[in-house]
Amino acid sequence: MHMADALLSPAVGGTMCAATAGTIAWCSAKVRKDLEEHKVPLMGVLGAFIFAAQMINFAIPATGSSGHLGGGLLLAILLGPHAAFLTIASVLFIQALFFADGGLLALGCNIFNLGFFQVFIAYPLLYRKLAGRRPSQGRMILAALIAATVGLQLAAFAVVLETTASGISALPFKAFVLLMQPIHLPIGVIEGLATAAVVAFVYRARPELIESTLAERHMGKFPIRGMLVGFSLAALLLGGGVSWFASTQPDGLEWAISKVAGTDELPAPVHPLHSTLADIQDKMAIFSSDTERTEPDDSGKLAATGSSPIDTGLPGLVGGITTLAACLLAGVLLRSFARRA
Amino acid sequence: MLAIDGSLLDFKRLDLLAMQESAVHRLDPRAKVLTTLVFIVCVVSFGRYEVAAMLPFCLYPLALLALGDLPTGYIARKVMVVIPFAVMVGLFNPLFDRQVLLQLGPLDIWGGWLSCLSIIVRTILTVAAAVTLVAITGFPAICEALERLGMPRVFAVQLLFLYRYIFVLTDEGGRVARARQLRSCGKRGQGLRHFGPLLGHLLLRTWERAERIHMAMLARGFTGEVHARRRGRFGGREVLFLLGWSALFVALRLYNFPQFLGLLLTGN
Repeated sequence: MHMADALLSPAVGGTMCAATAGTIAWCSAKVRKDLEEHKVPLMGVLGAFIFAAQMINFAIPATGSSGHLGGGLLLAILLGPHAAFLTIASVLFIQALFFADGGLLALGCNIFNLGFFQVFIAYPLLYRKLAGRRPSQGRMILAALIAATVGLQLAAFAVVLETTASGISALPFKAFVLLMQPIHLPIGVIEGLATAAVVAFVYRARPELIESTLAERHMGKFPIRGMLVGFSLAALLLGGGVSWFASTQPDGLEWAISKVAGTDELPAPVHPLHSTLADIQDKMAIFSSDTERTEPDDSGKLAATGSSPIDTGLPGLVGGITTLAACLLAGVLLRSFARRA
Repeated sequence: MLAIDGSLLDFKRLDLLAMQESAVHRLDPRAKVLTTLVFIVCVVSFGRYEVAAMLPFCLYPLALLALGDLPTGYIARKVMVVIPFAVMVGLFNPLFDRQVLLQLGPLDIWGGWLSCLSIIVRTILTVAAAVTLVAITGFPAICEALERLGMPRVFAVQLLFLYRYIFVLTDEGGRVARARQLRSCGKRGQGLRHFGPLLGHLLLRTWERAERIHMAMLARGFTGEVHARRRGRFGGREVLFLLGWSALFVALRLYNFPQFLGLLLTGN
C-alpha cells in the first residue's frame, strides 16, 4: 500500500506533496482555530498507540494468516477528521524515515492516499451517516466495515492512478486496477472489522470518548467541493508547470497514445517544444524512452546509433561498474580520512 | 515475538546513531534535509530505462556514511529490507515491456528488464539517502528543520509528541502481544473476539495517559509550543554543503558520466 519513491515521477510526487502539505496546513489551522489544543497531547499519544496496535496481530479465521489494524478510520472516529489527518500524517512520516516504508518524495502520495480518503471521505460521508448518533452494535460494525472498505478501495485506486501517471512501472492501467482493487477488498474488510471491534469495546467502556467527536458539527460545513476544485487546479498548475520545465511528455498523453496507436512509443522521437528547447528536453527528459535516443545524447556522436533503435550495452555496463567501484573506493578513503581527522 | 523486539531495537539504534559527533552531524539540519530532497528529486527524474547514469549518485550516501562514521553493515541491512518490495513491483515490467533496447553480446535485453533494474537502483538510492539522513540528523532535528522551513507548528508539535511516546507505547504493545501469545499457546484467543477488548484496554490506558500528560504540561505552562534548544545556524559550511552537493547532483543528472567512462575504457 505504501508507494515508494522508485515508482514516482517528480511531477506526480511534487504535486501530491503540495496537495498533502496544503491539507496539513489547513488541518493545523483548523485544530488551532477550534481551540482543540487539548487534543494535541492526545493526538501524539494516539499516534504512538497506532504503532503499538500494529504490534498486536489477530488471527484471520480460515486462512491461517493474521492481520493488524491500520488505524486511519479509528483515529477519525476518536479524534475527528482534522486532528486524525495530522496524526496519520505523522505516523506515516515516521514510518517513512525509520522503517523506509515508502520514500520521502512518496510521502505526499502516501499521506494523501491513506489519510485523505479514510478521514475526509469514508468517515464523514459513510461512517457517520451509516452509524448515526447512537449506533447499535450491529449498525456500527456495518458502518465501520463499509467505510473502511470504501476508503481503502479509493486509496488503492489512487495508488494505481499515481503510479500510472508516473510511468516508471510498465504495468498497464487496466491490469493494475484489476490487480490492486481485489487485493485491497479483504484488507478493507479486515480493517473495518478490527476498527469495529475496538470501537465497540470503547463504546461500552467509555461512551463519552466517542460521542464527543460525534457531537462535533463542524464537518457539516466541510468545503469538499472547494477542496476538490483547489486540488485539481493545483495539480493542473503544478503538473503542467513541472512537466513544462522538465519537458516530459505528459504521462496521460503517452498512455493515450499507446492506447490509440497500439504501441508503447511513438515511432519517431517527439519534440513537442521548440527546437531551442529540444536540447534541454534531451537532457532533462523524464521519459528518455523513445527508442531512437536510448542512450544519452552527449555521447550520441560516439555511440553513433542515432538511427538504429538498438544500442550496445557494453559501455554502459563497463562504465557503470567502474563508477560503482570508484564510489565505493571514495567511501572507504573518506572513512579512513574522517577517522584520522 | 522476537521479530517485534528486533524491529524495535533496530529503530532505537537508528535513533542513537544521530547522537554521534562528526562534521556532518554538526551541520545545520536544514542543509541536510534540503540536500536530501534535491538528491531524491534528481534520482527519480531519471528516465525509466536509465540504470548506469544513476550509479554515481551512490557517492552521496556513501560519503555521508564515511564522514558520519556510521556502521555500513547496519545501514546496508536497513536498505536491503526494502528491496524485495521493489523487485515485486519491478518484475511486472519485463512481462509487459518486451521491446529490445540493448544488445550485450549475444544477449537481447528487453526494455522491461532495464526498467526493472532501474526501479531497484532507484529504491536503493532513495532509501539509502533517507536512512542516512535520519542517522546523521536525528528525528527531532529534522522536525525542527522542517518547522523552520515552514511546516505548521501544530504538526511539528504532533511529530515531536508522537516521537516521544512511540518508545513507551510500543514497549507496552510488545508486552501485551507477548503476554497474549504466552497464554494462548498459539491457539485460542488469537482471534478478533479478544482483539477488540485487548486493544481497547490499551487504548483507554493510552487515553488516560494523554490526559495526565496534558494536565502536567498545563501545570508547567504549556501554550502549544515545544521549546527546544535551537541547534546551529545556516552558515558558510551549510551553504557549501547544500550548493556543492546540489551542483554535483544536477551535473550527474545532465551528463551520463558512466557512459562516457565506459566508452573511454572500451575504446570506442
